[in-house]
Amino acid sequence: MNRTDTDSIQLTIPAKPKYLRIIRMTIRYICKTLNLNSGETNLIILAVDEACSNIIKHAYKGPTHQPIHISCVMFEDRIEFILEDQGERANLDEIKSRQLDDIRPGGLGVHLIKTVMDVVTYETNVERGNSLKMIKFLKPRDINDKN
Amino acid sequence: MIKIETREINRYIIVDIKGDVDLYSSPQIRKVLLENIAKKVSGLIINLKSVSYMDSSGIATLVESLQRLNEYRGKLVITHVQGAVKDVFELSRLDKVFTIVDNESDALKVCNVEVN
Repeated sequence: MNRTDTDSIQLTIPAKPKYLRIIRMTIRYICKTLNLNSGETNLIILAVDEACSNIIKHAYKGPTHQPIHISCVMFEDRIEFILEDQGERANLDEIKSRQLDDIRPGGLGVHLIKTVMDVVTYETNVERGNSLKMIKFLKPRDINDKN
Repeated sequence: MIKIETREINRYIIVDIKGDVDLYSSPQIRKVLLENIAKKVSGLIINLKSVSYMDSSGIATLVESLQRLNEYRGKLVITHVQGAVKDVFELSRLDKVFTIVDNESDALKVCNVEVN
């Protein structure tokens, strides 16, 4: 089968820390489907988990029944994640990695996301809430299963 | 589910953690660590042998504990940092900030604790 279109998987969880494990498990299986190695898989899981944690902490200001929508789109050469919430608009000026020599609790999440992912963009043109797009390009050796 | 157990050897508390350390479990771990620090224990030895995942909230908990222990020259030693957990320490560039050793025996040596 010659795949020219893309496969996508959608997942929605309530914005509560206890459901983050479901996200991690799902992404692990997606990465396994793409034949990614365990190192890359772990990093992608970390980045998406951190992004979801940030939504809970900053967009929703704490656990809530409101949703986090996660869309994962698998291309031949990359994997894209789009995370959407209906929480408070992020202040883009405040979303930045902190200096790593500033050793203090907190503020590491954005650094980890930007380190792991190749492209991280915040979509501001949404009716409400936030939309975060993260792209990870795949190494050619990872693209074995084209079906 | 996270499982946290503590043991005491010569005023040092060994904290055995089992499970994923994330935004859900970090507050529980933080509570245990800070309760022991409040007792002015000589130090904490954090055993991550059964931890296969840690996020930035876990790292933040360890940083906070380290800073509070430093206030009275208490020690923080972390053991069995491996796999995905090791990646997080390295990406955070905090692997040089913490005292990380292979196992409990080495941790006790760092703390100058002799076990008969």
